[in-house]
Amino acid sequence: MFTASDLRKGLKIQIDGEPYIVTEFDFSKPGKGQALYRTKMRNMITGIQFTQTYRSNDKFERPNLEERNMQFLYAQDNEYHFMDTVSFEQIFLTKDQLEDNLNFLIDNMEVQVLFFGDRPIDVTLPTFVNLEVTVADPWAKGDTSGTDTKPVTVQTGFQLNVPPFVEQGDKIQIDTRTGAYITRVKE
Amino acid sequence: MLTALGLQQRSDLLQAIRSFFIERAYLEVDTPIRLPVLLPESNLVPFASENWLLQTSPELCMKRLLARGCAQIFQICHCFRKEEAGRVHQPEFTMLEWYHSGWDYFDLMLECEALISSLCRIFPQMPGLDIEGQLSWGGGRVSLTAPWERLTVADAFRCHAGVDVGEVLAHGTFDEVLVTEVEPHLGQDRPVFLYDYPVELGSLARRNSKNPQVAERFELYIAGLELANGFSELVDPQEQRYRFSLEIERLRAAGKDAAMPEKFLTDLASVGATAGIALGLDRLFMLLMGSTCIAAAMPFISEEL
Repeated sequence: MFTASDLRKGLKIQIDGEPYIVTEFDFSKPGKGQALYRTKMRNMITGIQFTQTYRSNDKFERPNLEERNMQFLYAQDNEYHFMDTVSFEQIFLTKDQLEDNLNFLIDNMEVQVLFFGDRPIDVTLPTFVNLEVTVADPWAKGDTSGTDTKPVTVQTGFQLNVPPFVEQGDKIQIDTRTGAYITRVKE
Repeated sequence: MLTALGLQQRSDLLQAIRSFFIERAYLEVDTPIRLPVLLPESNLVPFASENWLLQTSPELCMKRLLARGCAQIFQICHCFRKEEAGRVHQPEFTMLEWYHSGWDYFDLMLECEALISSLCRIFPQMPGLDIEGQLSWGGGRVSLTAPWERLTVADAFRCHAGVDVGEVLAHGTFDEVLVTEVEPHLGQDRPVFLYDYPVELGSLARRNSKNPQVAERFELYIAGLELANGFSELVDPQEQRYRFSLEIERLRAAGKDAAMPEKFLTDLASVGATAGIALGLDRLFMLLMGSTCIAAAMPFISEEL
């Protein structure tokens, strides 16, 4: 069990049977008054946010959350199938659950899947992934300005800006948290 | 965490505060911070030290010194409040507390105004003060020119939250409404003394003779931040015993232990009319530093130890 005094940004708690993560938190206590814990939370399944003020004697259950190493196998319709790399158990998440992760997800990628009980609810990709550039304008040699960027498309369909020397067929490293280009990779 | 320059400024401020009170014929006192019994206050959680407790404020010992005939005393000391940590809270913090015999809460408001104004005059180079000597930070500006605003709790709730203070008390939502709807408006243009609290929210304050529903208690707010809490002190031992018994009931209902501070009540019989005030020095220093976080104004915070 957590009490209100455990509340802080990033804490995961369970309310009405669902997992929530604290996204904003402020402690206040008027003079001679009660401690108030003003909290903004996001439902980790639905993504819905809400704010609530708690008092010292409020208690919360600890959600049963577990991260498991899994490998992405294939997508079929709206279902994205993953396999536990230890037990070989297979599960799937829907397109809606994966959201922006789809910009960087490729076959055989090893990811962390977050389970609430036995229900998969979220995926964390590796921080850096290497993806192939599938569409790029050719580099006009002699352009040495160095400050320009150009848009390219990678194998997942994701578009981003990269330095002009990156060409179609190159592999580039991308930060999955920001979607930003990091470097060209030689393989 | 303070830099070497910040530590110098904090030291200068402490010395200037001492000079202010010494010039006004106050006696500096230093009382024990570890006590066998505290004044029962249902919303404060003390730290235990073996089978004694660390003080949550120096009020108990300072009032016992008033009983010995000291007329004007001040103290700068550390206080400890468990479970209080946040942007403007630390579980260990520095309090400035002072008492003046023969005064009431309106006299203390004036002296509090004089103290803070004089500190701003002495240290015009503090980062939280602009060239005109007004408090300024991130976008906000508070004029310190006297007189500061005086606003009753009832008026503040009516004007800023559109509710009757009696009704929110009856619903048990006084603290929530105060924090979310009233406090953000307080002291944004100039400092404000919020005064005349419902009597159940001032267990150590004297009841107002004209309006017995309120206690002669005030809080100073600057830029939405609560800085100081003062009273016309309750010095009737029978009334004080009754008010403590209500606090002890609340504490015991919450499963906490509490005892009647008998020696305090005995001494209180020898204390005449007095007003007293406690001011959070770290918060005052935070404002003068132009900071919005108490950690920036303290030598250490608990997370750094």
